[in-house]
Amino acid sequence: MAELKVNINGNEFKNPVIVSSGVFGYGREYEEFVDLSKLGGVATKGTTLYRRDGNPGKRIVEVPSGLLFSVGLQNPGIDYYIENELPNLLSKGTNVLSNIAGSDIDEYVAIVEKLEETDAPIIELNISCPNTSGAPLGTSCAGTEKITSIIRKMTKKTLIVKLSPNVGDIAEIALAAEAAGADAVSLINSIHAMKIELGSRRPFFHNNVGAYSGEAIFPIALRMVWETASKVKIPVLGIGGVTNGEEALQMMVAGATCVEMGCAIFRDPYAPLKIIEQMNEWLDNNGVKDINEIIGSVKPW
Amino acid sequence: MRYVQGKYPLLAKNNIARGIYEMNILAPDLAALAVPGQFVHIALAGHSLRRPISICRIDEAHGVIKIVFALKGQGTRDLADVPVNSTLDIMGPMGNGFTLLEPGRKVILIGGGIGVPPMVGLSDYYREYATAISGFRDASIKILQDEFEKNGSRTILCTDDGSAGIHGFVTQPLEELLSSDGHYDCVYACGPMPMLKVISGICGKYDTLCQVSLEQHMGCGIGACLVCAVNIRRDGEEHFLHVCKDGPVFDSREVVW
Repeated sequence: MAELKVNINGNEFKNPVIVSSGVFGYGREYEEFVDLSKLGGVATKGTTLYRRDGNPGKRIVEVPSGLLFSVGLQNPGIDYYIENELPNLLSKGTNVLSNIAGSDIDEYVAIVEKLEETDAPIIELNISCPNTSGAPLGTSCAGTEKITSIIRKMTKKTLIVKLSPNVGDIAEIALAAEAAGADAVSLINSIHAMKIELGSRRPFFHNNVGAYSGEAIFPIALRMVWETASKVKIPVLGIGGVTNGEEALQMMVAGATCVEMGCAIFRDPYAPLKIIEQMNEWLDNNGVKDINEIIGSVKPW
Repeated sequence: MRYVQGKYPLLAKNNIARGIYEMNILAPDLAALAVPGQFVHIALAGHSLRRPISICRIDEAHGVIKIVFALKGQGTRDLADVPVNSTLDIMGPMGNGFTLLEPGRKVILIGGGIGVPPMVGLSDYYREYATAISGFRDASIKILQDEFEKNGSRTILCTDDGSAGIHGFVTQPLEELLSSDGHYDCVYACGPMPMLKVISGICGKYDTLCQVSLEQHMGCGIGACLVCAVNIRRDGEEHFLHVCKDGPVFDSREVVW
């Protein structure tokens, strides 16, 4: 049994596997299958200042090697989260990443003011939602630096900034977040994508475009994690299409300290636990005693 | 809610009409939990998403569930190709089933096309007190009428093109029953949204309770990912609730058509 503990900004994770924001709600549903205390962490559904109903119409469709979705941040709002969901999650013996999203800086500020009154240890600042209107703040260095520095001044909680892949150079955006005081960056959010129904000539989603997730995006995410981790000094959390332990380990070799997994859970509700087991098995079989040894151990040509 | 997930043997498979298959699956723990109107969520090799399929019949004594599905895309085609005696990776039973009244209450069951299968589970419960109205595009896709008849349920068959039964929609016999044939305690319906909308209107007119089973593109199946949204009016407010966890059965008066 290899040592699986990793650390981000003083938060100890019993293993590097976190269930990513959006697939897991606030943990209650999948608890029927998964003992949350076995997970490194849980990233909550992206939560906004007020209740949001999300996008009308169809919100998911399978495409080759993955799926497109367009939820539009349906959530009950930060007050409901703080009152009804956060205390429950904090009692589960896992790290809770409170994922928050706003449509402008004022909304992020108002949410963080409320979270400051709680014991939530980690904020995952979602500046990259692919399925709400308008360009997210996280698609420019200036926008990223501005929102990160404003939130940084408000809180001593661990601040992870979640980045969009829908940019020219994600490592530059990560550097902007680092310069503004982020404790870590998580990447990637989903990739803008589209489906059209031929008969009606209508885009499948009412929002016209949706977001691509699932196993197809793993190689893209891995490349972006590697590019980013080789530039920033803060920890990187790798996200995107991870479906097994070897892929999770590739993310870590590329430089990720933690790995978030998402869509694989739809097929297999036990996927997060299996990924942890598979990581451990590979480490044992390859004589690695401590998983920290492999973080960033890639040997580029 | 309680679900199980596992690999269950496929006992039998039949092509019962053009593009429509039935499967009997040995799943005693699942059959013991299931009620009519719930569904199973089936994983297939090479597909990122499970496929939600309504449960047609529950044979708790033998630990068997029956599903009936139409070939719609690659997922259902791959499901139909699963060989007998191999196993299916199933999560279930999912969602809330129909609310059942005490046996002996008179009810109407309405299925449109591939909405007919969940009505059989209700016929198994209400038996001769149920009238099953089934509507199909044409006679080539007519299914499950024998099952209703063996239960003693009255059957009324409609086709859009008149190739079998009444030439017309299920809403005509429904209106006739509610207007002339005395009192019915509940109408249960599953099928295309336009059909359900009209049925809901007719039941409203005759002040008859109506439970509808809705469909939406689905992800996790347990209420976590929030993709299978339907607009429901509850407590004076409209909400996007979710077919998998809040449904698939809703009181028709709550649905914002």
